[in-house]
Amino acid sequence: MTLQGSAVCLGADIDTDVIIAGRYLRTKDRRVWAEHVFEDLDPALAARLKGAVIIAGTNFGCGSSREQAPVALKEAGVVGVIASSFARIFFRNAINVGLPVMECGEVRCRDGAPVSFSLEGGWVEVDGVRNDATPLSARMLEIIRYGGLVEYWRAQQ
Amino acid sequence: MSSLSERILGAPAGSYVDRPVDRAFVHDGTGVLTLEAWRRMERESLACPERLFMLFDHIAPANNSTTAVLQGELRTFAAENGLHFSDIGGGICHQLMSEGIVRPGEVVVGADSHSCTLGAFGAFATGVGATDMAAIWASGSTWFRVPETIGIHLEGDLQGAAEAKDIALDYVRKLGMDGGTYMALEFVGGGAESLSMESRLTIANMAVEAGAKTGIFYADDTTVQYLGGYGVPAAPQAAEEVRYARELTLDLDDLVPLVAAPHRVDNGRPAAECEGIALDEVFVGTCTNGRYEDLARFAGMVQGKKVAVRTIVVPASRSVLLKAVQTGVLSTIIRAGCVVGPPGCGPCLGAHMGVLGEGEVGLSTANRNFRNRMGVGAEYYLCSVATAAASALAGAIASPEGAP
Repeated sequence: MTLQGSAVCLGADIDTDVIIAGRYLRTKDRRVWAEHVFEDLDPALAARLKGAVIIAGTNFGCGSSREQAPVALKEAGVVGVIASSFARIFFRNAINVGLPVMECGEVRCRDGAPVSFSLEGGWVEVDGVRNDATPLSARMLEIIRYGGLVEYWRAQQ
Repeated sequence: MSSLSERILGAPAGSYVDRPVDRAFVHDGTGVLTLEAWRRMERESLACPERLFMLFDHIAPANNSTTAVLQGELRTFAAENGLHFSDIGGGICHQLMSEGIVRPGEVVVGADSHSCTLGAFGAFATGVGATDMAAIWASGSTWFRVPETIGIHLEGDLQGAAEAKDIALDYVRKLGMDGGTYMALEFVGGGAESLSMESRLTIANMAVEAGAKTGIFYADDTTVQYLGGYGVPAAPQAAEEVRYARELTLDLDDLVPLVAAPHRVDNGRPAAECEGIALDEVFVGTCTNGRYEDLARFAGMVQGKKVAVRTIVVPASRSVLLKAVQTGVLSTIIRAGCVVGPPGCGPCLGAHMGVLGEGEVGLSTANRNFRNRMGVGAEYYLCSVATAAASALAGAIASPEGAP
C-alpha cells in the first residue's frame, strides 16, 4: 500500500492532549475533534491537514490513551503519520482506527514537501529522498486495509 | 531467567501472544468510544461480563448535559449487561481496582494510560484504547508484545521529606519521557520491599510517563497483608535473577523532594531550586497521590495552619474519603482552608473542577504537566504531597525539607 501526501513537520513528544484537548472529548461527533485537532499547538494547523503526511520525531502520541487522538487526525484528512518512534498505546489505537502509521528513524522534513510511503515496503520518500522505515506486520496491514479493527472483525465473522 | 512480565505472559520478551484478560475496565471517558466500537462490531453478547468493570471518574459528576447523556448511555449499558459498575463519587478507576480487586499474577487491562498503576500488585497491568477494549469485551482476550524489562533497583531508605512521588519523578527524569517505550519497568531491591502498597501504586502509576507498558513490583508480605485486609487471599512471588535490557539504580538515601517543571514530566529538579515561584493553585489528589496515606500526610503538615493559595484536595475513592472523615484528616484539611472535591480525577485532565486560567501557575500531585492540559495558557508543576503541603502554606513553591 503506497500512500502520498504533503509533509507537515512536527517535533518530538507530541502528546495526545495537544492532538485533541480533554475539553473536547465529551462528544461522539468526530467533526468536533477534527476541527480542534492540534488547537493548543497551532490553531492554524487543522486547516493544513487534508492530504497531509505528518512527519514527527520520537514518542509521537505520548500520554493519554484517548482514541479520539488518531480519530481526529484521520477525520481531519491526515493520510498517515511517520515518526521516529510512537507511544505504544497511540500506535495500537492508530492501527485500530485505520490511520496508517510507520516508524522511520531520521527524516529530513520540509513543510509542504511531497511525501510517499509504503507500509508493507517499509520506506518513506520526502522530496524524492528515500528513507528506510519499519514495515507493518501482515495483521496490522490487514486491519489498515479494512479501515480499522471493527471493520476487520466484522469481515472475519 | 524471566522477568515478572515474561512469567505472567508466559513467553520471552519480543514474542507476540494472545492472552485472556483477568480484569478489564473503562471509565466514563474511554467507555463512550468503547461502547460505540462494541456496537459497531455487532456482537450478540459480552464474552465475560464478570471480568469487566465500568468506573466513572473522569468527569464525575457530569459537567453539562452532553456529558450527562453520554454517561447515561454507559450506565444503562452496564446495568443491562452485568458489568461491575461504580457511579459518580465511587472514585478513580485505578484506585477502585486496587481496593481488593486486582491480584498478583493477573493480566489487567484498562482503557486508560495509567492502568500500569496496578502493576504494584505483581500483576501485568497496562493501558489500551477504546477499540482494543471493545475487542476484549467481545473476546475476553487481547494481544501483547511481551516487553523487554528495565530493572529499577531501589536501594536504601527514603530520608527526610522525600516520598514515593519523588522516586517516580526521579526515574522519569532519568529515563526520559520515552526511555521506557514498549518496555516494562520492574522495581526491585531493598528499597522497593520497604515501600507501602500506597507508595508502590504511586511509583507504578508513572511508568507510562516514561513511555513504559507497565511498572511492576513483586508481590511480597506487604502485598499479601494489604490484600488480606480486603479478605483477598494472595501469595508472594519469588524474585528470580533477571537479565534486564537495562538497569537503573536509585539511591533513596540521597533523594530530595523534586518538582517536574512545565511542560515535561521528565523535567524534574530539586524543589529547593524552584522555591519562591508564586502559585495560583495547589491540587492534591489523582491516581498518583490521592490515597489515604497521601491525605493524612498532607493533613499532618497543614494542621492548625491556613493555606495561602487556593488549594483543592480530591480523595481517590469513597473509601479514602470515608477513612479521612473517620480519622479527622478531612476536617483538618477543611479547617486549613482547602476545598474538598468528590472522589474522582478532579481537574487532572483539564475538563472541570479546578482547571487553571491563562497565565496562572499551579502545583499538583498529578502525573502530567503537558502544555495546556490542566488549563489553556497555564503552567503546571508536579510534586509530592509534602511539597504540595509546604507550598500551599507558603503560597509559592517551597521544599518540604525543614518544614515543621
